[in-house]
Amino acid sequence: MAEHPPQAVNFAAASKAALLDPQLRGNFRRAMDGLMSKRAVQFADAKEWHDMRALAASVRLRTLAKLPELLETLEANCTRNGIQVHWASTTAEANAIVLGIMKRVDAKLAVKGKSMVTEEMHLNAFLEQHGIEALEADLGEYIVQLDGTMPSHIIMPAIHLNTKQIAHLFKRKIKEAESIEDAAYLTDLARRILRKKFMTADVGMSGVNAAVAETGTLCLIENEGNGRMCTTVPPVHIAFMGLEKVVEHLEDVPPVISLLPRSATGQPITTYVNMITSPRKEGELDGPREIHLVILDNGRSSVYADPELRDTLRCIRCGACMNHCPVYTKVGGHAYEAPYPGPIGKILVPQMEGLAKRGEMPHACTMCNACVEICPVRIPIVEIMGRLRVEAVRPGDAVKDAGAQASKAEAMVWKGWAAMNASPTAYKIATMAMSKLGNAAPTGLPLLKEWTSVRAKPRFASRTLHDLAREKGIPDV
Amino acid sequence: MSDARSAILAKLRTNRDAHPVTPPPSDTTVLAEKRWAPEERLPRIRRLMEAVHTEFLEATEADWSVVVREFLVREGAATLLYAPATPDGATLASAFPPSPPRGEGRGEGNLTLVPYDRPVEAFKERLFEGIDAGLTSTLGAIAETGSLILWPSVEEPRLLSLVPHIHVALLRADALYDTFWQAMRDNRWAEGMPTNALLISGPSKTADIEQTLAYGVHGPKRLIVVVIR
Amino acid sequence: MTTATAPQPTPPRPSKVYFFGTCLVDLFYPEAGMAGMELLKAQGLTVVFPQGQSCCGQPAYNSGYRDEALKVARAQLDLFPEDLPIVVPSGSCAGMMRKHWPHLFHGEPDEAKAVNVSSRVWELTQFLVQVLDVRLEDKGEPMRVTWHASCHAQREMGVVEEPKALLRQLANVELVELKREKECCGFGGTFAVRHPEISAAMVGDKVADIEQTGARRVVSGDCGCLLNINGALEGGRKPVQGQHIAQFLKERLHG
Ligand code: SF4
Repeated sequence: MAEHPPQAVNFAAASKAALLDPQLRGNFRRAMDGLMSKRAVQFADAKEWHDMRALAASVRLRTLAKLPELLETLEANCTRNGIQVHWASTTAEANAIVLGIMKRVDAKLAVKGKSMVTEEMHLNAFLEQHGIEALEADLGEYIVQLDGTMPSHIIMPAIHLNTKQIAHLFKRKIKEAESIEDAAYLTDLARRILRKKFMTADVGMSGVNAAVAETGTLCLIENEGNGRMCTTVPPVHIAFMGLEKVVEHLEDVPPVISLLPRSATGQPITTYVNMITSPRKEGELDGPREIHLVILDNGRSSVYADPELRDTLRCIRCGACMNHCPVYTKVGGHAYEAPYPGPIGKILVPQMEGLAKRGEMPHACTMCNACVEICPVRIPIVEIMGRLRVEAVRPGDAVKDAGAQASKAEAMVWKGWAAMNASPTAYKIATMAMSKLGNAAPTGLPLLKEWTSVRAKPRFASRTLHDLAREKGIPDV
Repeated sequence: MSDARSAILAKLRTNRDAHPVTPPPSDTTVLAEKRWAPEERLPRIRRLMEAVHTEFLEATEADWSVVVREFLVREGAATLLYAPATPDGATLASAFPPSPPRGEGRGEGNLTLVPYDRPVEAFKERLFEGIDAGLTSTLGAIAETGSLILWPSVEEPRLLSLVPHIHVALLRADALYDTFWQAMRDNRWAEGMPTNALLISGPSKTADIEQTLAYGVHGPKRLIVVVIR
Repeated sequence: MTTATAPQPTPPRPSKVYFFGTCLVDLFYPEAGMAGMELLKAQGLTVVFPQGQSCCGQPAYNSGYRDEALKVARAQLDLFPEDLPIVVPSGSCAGMMRKHWPHLFHGEPDEAKAVNVSSRVWELTQFLVQVLDVRLEDKGEPMRVTWHASCHAQREMGVVEEPKALLRQLANVELVELKREKECCGFGGTFAVRHPEISAAMVGDKVADIEQTGARRVVSGDCGCLLNINGALEGGRKPVQGQHIAQFLKERLHG
């Protein structure tokens, strides 16, 4: 436990900056509108959607039901296949494991396919500190890395930038780049640069979309081929997974990898489904000679403790909840200042990093339930959000830093509110006072000030519905 | 390290046993019901794969090697990487006279046949910088999603289908499945997975630049499926 | 709809119903509440408005103060003793009562009573269409309107088509749907004051969507949304006006 309570991350301030950037807002609005309509096409058949979702949810729930056993089976089968398994409780431990491997093979250059777990670890920065170049190979991640920022979406890391902005970035950062604002040109340029890197890299790194306990197989899905490059060309491959990514059977993979891309980007399947079961075997001509699997906890085993909060771990990281979140669409991913933005971020990050630092995240939500409606594994995101709001003001040990937002003043307000609404007499007096005096309240009052920053003042009616009903003789019983 | 292992597993066990989860049964009816009439499968595969820029050639067991050769010559390819130890590799080689244009292997016109017969370490630069096309077999294709199934092997290395700019894949028209799920069940994949198994549904692509689809970002720029009837 | 509660079995047409007005209607839109009761009465029903009612408890529930929410919700339980439907002119409050009360009262001594009350809750338009199968005769002038769907009506109560079906029954009303009908207006209870800038951006998008329909009136079934949208329309001096569907329907029927 940290000596000093961690500094709270100020979502409101970060989002304000995003809101003032019309370019950014336009980029997100267009992109999210497109993604939502493409997804809808994939799930036009309501019964298929319902049944697939039930199946995928059951697969993920079965993982949660047998989590420790499945991880042991996964480890045993990977080991038997020649994949070396490492366990890390914290991101620091995971980084140390990676560094140990890199040092042993004297690695200078590592190429990496998309992996959100390595974002949790801030692995690139860590490796750079140790003199190892860690290069992102997914085009979106590559762009973001060139720009020195973070991914703004877990599936489409550079979605906050448009072609023109990316062309300018390439021109600034890449010697041979010409000023051509064309996606095909920019893609081809990245291809030429990165192919050299794949060829010479000492280590390839990747995430894992599903790890099959039964066979010890690591499944990765992608469109670009960078994941296959990272896991096939360099002599060493290090794969990273959050401990919840295991599934029991090989047959559990098809529903997950069907719903993931359909939900994420509206494509029926990704270009590549890459299933890796062992390093290069005797006689094989290519593939890495070593594969390492790093299984990271980083707070997940604590999330697992609470029967309600545990559902957070069902997530398959499709990002659809972001695409459908009206708050995310307005502020973009960077405003969250977290590896996972949007709805899943709002429930996962506070549990990982604690409510002292991340207490505001569960409040950055109107509880509209758009995410819950489309989540392919049926995570009750908004219920978890509500629960985290409870934990934020109630000291306890269900979530890290529970009670960090407890405020006597706020608690008093709600006590007063409850007293007023639980007694008909008190309610009558209070509503009468509001009807008579409410409209005289100065707009400078707290709350009213925020409300009226863009809206007219709400007008209290001069008589309440209770009054009108009584006057019209509507029976009371 | 093993400390982390036992700590994590112990914690998971304690937490799970305090509140066990009872998962609903996994009802796979929805997967089992995804069926297409045999004559619908190939057109569907073709439609789905063409939608993501895959190209198709039609051939027979007797002429596919010539079809492939003529296609690549027409497209101006100079080198074709192949797996010499496979039956398909042997068939392919027979379509190329042993008079190489550049003194290597076999060739026809300007097209040289290059065998993938060494460990990649001895071959990387050539592979990345001197190969236009690669030819692989497949285990079949999947109607639901329009995907080829590949199981690279000792004889047919993994990078054949990844590094060359053009990937030519042979698809036997009788090896079609309805779903990925059906393919893995019918062939009992769970009893023994290869080093690497793949589904490939088109040429490499990305939409990372403003949602604009661009093909050929890291893997092959073109995918040519040769349907053999 | 998986998030919405299971569709209620349609009960036989009752002769009497309870009306739960909700605190926002009480304070800001009492005419909408009255109009809701009049629509029900016009169908020949006796409407009971228990004077002891206040609020469903949602504000505290969504702010993390479950004990306070429970206290307020509990104070409503004895107001509906007869086994009659409880009609609520708000998808959000109806959703709180239908979907969240069973969870809120879980393990409490009065859980059974709460579950019983909860199971009788109906959103107003849902009740008018599904239970009463109303037929509306439009006496108003020709008018173009648009419909704002509240998030909780759609996703907690499963009310999507009912209100639009009612509007389409009106011969002189042209309903032009929003481009992004399903998108939240940015109210979200305390969200609007906790994150005023984001809320403003959201309602800004909503207002733009409303304006592009060319409608003079935006009709909705939830007063939280209406407070927000009307506040923004008025603040931005837009000629469009937001109105509760009950009040709008009542006006149309009276010409
Ligand atoms: S919470 Fe659901 S919708 Fe969001 S990323 Fe995870 S699986 Fe996808």
